[in-house]
Amino acid sequence: MSSPTLRQALRRPRYLLGGWPWRAAFYLLSGVPAGLALLAAVLLLAVVGGALTFVLVGLPLLLMLALIGIPVAAVERYRLRLLDPAPLVDPHRTPGRPGLQAWLRTRLGERVTWREFGFALLFACVLWPVDGLVAGSVLVVCGGLLATPVVMAAVTDGEEVRVLKLYLADSYPQAFALALLGLVLLPLLAYPLGWAAVARGALTRRLLSAAPSEADARIEELGRSRKRLVDAFEAERRRIERDLHDGAQQRLVALSMTLGLARLEGPAEPLGSLLAKAQEEAGVVLVEIRELIRGIHPQVLTDRGLAAAVEDLADRSAVPVDVDLDLAERLPQPVETAAYFAVCEALANVAKHSGASLARVTGRADGERLTVEVRDDGRGGAGTAGGSGLQGVADRLSVLDGHLIISSPPGGPTVFRLDVPCSPAHLVE
Amino acid sequence: MLRIVLAEDSVLLREGLIGLLERFGHRVVAGVGSAGELTGAVTEHRPDIVVTDVRMPPGFSDEGLRAAVALRRTTPRLPVLVLSQYVQRSYAEELLDTGDGTGVGYLLKERVGKVEEFVDALQRVADGGTVVDPEVVRQLLRHRRDPLSRLTAREQEVLALMAEGRSNASVAEALTVSEGTVSKHFGSILTKLDLTVTDATNRRVLAVLTYLRK
Repeated sequence: MSSPTLRQALRRPRYLLGGWPWRAAFYLLSGVPAGLALLAAVLLLAVVGGALTFVLVGLPLLLMLALIGIPVAAVERYRLRLLDPAPLVDPHRTPGRPGLQAWLRTRLGERVTWREFGFALLFACVLWPVDGLVAGSVLVVCGGLLATPVVMAAVTDGEEVRVLKLYLADSYPQAFALALLGLVLLPLLAYPLGWAAVARGALTRRLLSAAPSEADARIEELGRSRKRLVDAFEAERRRIERDLHDGAQQRLVALSMTLGLARLEGPAEPLGSLLAKAQEEAGVVLVEIRELIRGIHPQVLTDRGLAAAVEDLADRSAVPVDVDLDLAERLPQPVETAAYFAVCEALANVAKHSGASLARVTGRADGERLTVEVRDDGRGGAGTAGGSGLQGVADRLSVLDGHLIISSPPGGPTVFRLDVPCSPAHLVE
Repeated sequence: MLRIVLAEDSVLLREGLIGLLERFGHRVVAGVGSAGELTGAVTEHRPDIVVTDVRMPPGFSDEGLRAAVALRRTTPRLPVLVLSQYVQRSYAEELLDTGDGTGVGYLLKERVGKVEEFVDALQRVADGGTVVDPEVVRQLLRHRRDPLSRLTAREQEVLALMAEGRSNASVAEALTVSEGTVSKHFGSILTKLDLTVTDATNRRVLAVLTYLRK
């Protein structure tokens, strides 16, 4: 928002007050000398190069003509920043080896070089006259009208003046009326001027930006399929958790209840102690299933969100854990899940390897990004190498365009820091 | 005999529980399978106690718990026993926070296997008692584990000097900080040790006592 483009500025009421109309005019007008010089250069190179081809001297000149699009495009990209502060990326590759030959080979082999050549020809023959005509006529019309009284006083000593070669004014009131007309036209014409610059800029941007390559499209598709895989994996986790909860867990509770009732009804020994033993075992299995379900997907994460789920983790941790998560509202579900399992893994590492006596989980979400930090006072030396669980965490976060940074110098302290974009708009993508 | 409204979406468990409760001479006046039906059944039957599951239709989230909390808000004296599959401090705390905390229970579902204990707990809740599953109590206690560990090194220093019987001015001098800083530290110590008694001198003693007990 801090640096708007001309297109955005045109839609705002303050367009006329900012320097935008002048920037648009400057953008269009500055193309004129550049285009003229280019036209001259193109003609010169073509004619001289062509004429001298038979003595071979002309060939380098023709080569220069073919490459003329490269500097032209560079200048045009630079000029575009008058309208749009976001730079247009230079799509040229860096040659693999140093030297002129490698450079020439790379450039001549690139499609973009030829597109730039085409653009240079278009610029030399069509674009700059149009630019000049549009901006020039606005300035000439307004300027001419505004200057009427001055011209009348200076040139003809108040007798008469022919305005824009069209209209003959022969008195001061008339001249001032024309100047007033110019003053009114100036803001009105600033809009078409702005839109002309926007159109010219858009055309340049379109012709000179890097064409999305097939590889880019493939990478994008890979990213999407990776996201789908993680989603499918998550859905499967939920399904397993639900099946265990609604199936095995409920049946075991019912079994335990039946065994309990049987103990009430039955004779004391030896059946009673057998029933007690069976019930005890059912109890052990229930505890195991409960822990298993919680590890697959904790209900509290779904119900109460990340902060409550992390507090729950902290409650269960062998190492004391302080939790300070400042999350005003619920985060998108994939973010909550990924962050939860990241903290889970980090705390498991703290308990298993760090020798720490205290860990601390802190986190903030500002609507754009979620950052969570797990810090311990242990001996350090943790990393994602060796296919550890931390690598899995990093992979999972990267699917959401997030990062995991681990700092764990020998002697500690270990700091896990994760950072995930969490605006809903980002996730729709 | 207690008149009970029972909410449990698993038919197997619901039927089992009805059988169990009736075996002990209680009457399940309504056995329902969703949180919405639960609220309706309570309005209709005015039971002595409500027994409900946490996870229920339509969302299979914590609807049962939410319904129980809502019922306790509209009818603070209504005894509610929540049967849960989760050892979850936050769920239990939410329930205990309703009304004046009497006549509520949070038990793990597997406790129904110990039939007599379960029915006993049910009776205690109906009589206005508070029953919390031992597993959950353990978690509640662990959560409150060593409150001193929450203090920063500086705050512990301040508290140690106070335990020597020093005044704020003397503590400030010993640590070469201002008296204002000391009282700020002391305020944060009180918050972290959950000492909310209003009398300031009394809090000072309590904070020191906590320190000495470690």
